[in-house]
Amino acid sequence: MAKAELMDYDKALELFEPVLGFEVHVELNTKTKMFSDAPNPAAGGVDQGAPNTMTTPVDLGLPGSLPVVNEEAIKYSISLGLALGCSIAESSRFARKNYFYPDTPKNYQISQFDEPIAYEGNVEVELADGRKFQIPIERAHMEEDAGKLTHVGGATGRIQGADYSLVDYNRAGVPLVEIVTHMIIGADRDAPELAKAYVSAIRDIVVSLGISEAKMERGNLRCDANISLRSRADVAASIAAGEPMPLGTRTETKNVNSLRSVERAIRYEIQRQAAILAKGGTILQETRHWHEDTGVTSAGRPKSDADDYRYFPEPDLLPVVPGAELIEKLRLALPEQPAVRRRRLQAAWSFTDLEFQDVRNSGLLVEIEETVAEGASAQSARKWWTGEIARLANIAGADPASLISPLHVSELIALIEAGDLTDRLARQVLEGVIAGEGAPHEVVESRGLKVVSDDGALIAAIDEALAAQPDVLEKIRDGKVQAAGAVIGAVMKAMKGSADAARVRELVLERATATVAE
Amino acid sequence: MSEITTDVVAHLANLSRIALTPEEIETLAGELGAIVDNVAKVNEVATADVPATSHPVALSNVFRPDVPGETLTPEQALSGAPDHDGTRFKVSAILGEEQ
Repeated sequence: MAKAELMDYDKALELFEPVLGFEVHVELNTKTKMFSDAPNPAAGGVDQGAPNTMTTPVDLGLPGSLPVVNEEAIKYSISLGLALGCSIAESSRFARKNYFYPDTPKNYQISQFDEPIAYEGNVEVELADGRKFQIPIERAHMEEDAGKLTHVGGATGRIQGADYSLVDYNRAGVPLVEIVTHMIIGADRDAPELAKAYVSAIRDIVVSLGISEAKMERGNLRCDANISLRSRADVAASIAAGEPMPLGTRTETKNVNSLRSVERAIRYEIQRQAAILAKGGTILQETRHWHEDTGVTSAGRPKSDADDYRYFPEPDLLPVVPGAELIEKLRLALPEQPAVRRRRLQAAWSFTDLEFQDVRNSGLLVEIEETVAEGASAQSARKWWTGEIARLANIAGADPASLISPLHVSELIALIEAGDLTDRLARQVLEGVIAGEGAPHEVVESRGLKVVSDDGALIAAIDEALAAQPDVLEKIRDGKVQAAGAVIGAVMKAMKGSADAARVRELVLERATATVAE
Repeated sequence: MSEITTDVVAHLANLSRIALTPEEIETLAGELGAIVDNVAKVNEVATADVPATSHPVALSNVFRPDVPGETLTPEQALSGAPDHDGTRFKVSAILGEEQ
């Protein structure tokens, strides 16, 4: 639908109430795949690998091969279930989801159907203005990822019109947990933001658990967004009549690979569906594809016969019965909930909402926390990590945390606060540390960057500057204290930044008053 | 008696990508129906106190440690493929999408 045909967002919300539902797939970062000992391309620090270099007979569905469950993946899934507030099934089992498509070489995907490992939970989500929503979780089940298809020929690599497809099975068998929500009602005009906040909360949870690399751009975390609209008039009528509230036909938008896209896609679907419904049209129950570049969704496959997956229990795998002891052990090992942790840190550090938002967006919360733990003040830690270090990392195309350790940042800050380094010198020390020249005090030593605290050297430089600008002392005596700036600047330049500007200023002012006393 | 009608067989054949003639569908509906009816006899002895099972052996929790093992080379992986481009499997374009 062309943008001009969309209904205005406010108008759409006036007429209709959105009902949401999400399926979020999380690729676990275990060392090996779900059912085979092939290396997992979604593990941390693992190269994606050239096509078809990370497969075993199990991943290719070769005759005679048998899947065996990765124990670590089970533990990760239970931990995730617990963090989502779910109950963990005493016994759960795998099922075959049958479909014919070359992304799965077996013609079925091993998933969980009637006995998921985790069920009925709740995730608290916070909007930018601080309002909280409870997102009801229906289930979290384990499954395997599919291979990657590249469509060749036709227009722009899309499915339609392709001549043939090439398949890489490296991703086939990567452990996945699919988190399914119940219907989410009541988000109203906050629906797009809530969707983004929900996916963001899931990302925070899996990152805090350390069970996924959680990079959306790499497909470690993928969101399918279900949305339907129902007319407010119909809702009011059914309430008046005491009948169950009607539900509109939903669409499922796939391929939403960034937090921003989640928000935009929901907003677009609300406007698109509202425009159709307002004209008396009907919404097709279908899969839709989100296009990041154009900001629209397009029709995919209609829900039909093909959705008859004929699930049946996977005969090659045995039930998973985790036992209360393991579940309790994993529960005790759960990290602090991300939302709780954020509130605690913001209060402890006395950051404003804006400052804290800045830290969250920079993804450097952990680094700052560790730097503070090493003794630095929170404000200084924030300033250096989100400022100079992030800038240098950006230039280097590297992760800030890979450039310098929190211990060294803390040491650098301590040197500044002790008056041994100015900010300018500290930036040079930082460069040295990043270049591998050692700890900050070693760089200070080897590069000779310490602040000159010897007044004699400073006074000599001040004398020289005053000789060049003889009228400065006069001006200061006349009350124009800002005139000292010119001398301070000249001294700092002469000392190549290794002077403490505040001390230079003191000395210049002392000189002016001393001359009066004479 | 059987729930396996010709419509059900035609539907399953379509899902399984198996081309069947109307005669074959007719025959299979009868044969599959007889099999389902026979298996259904189990219901006559299964009582409420017998939990459903998905596996004939009373085992659970057969796991594998998370340790990488050997993988196939791309050549080995592709050796049984009807067609490939040297690194990837080549399949005819299918109108559809990833599930």
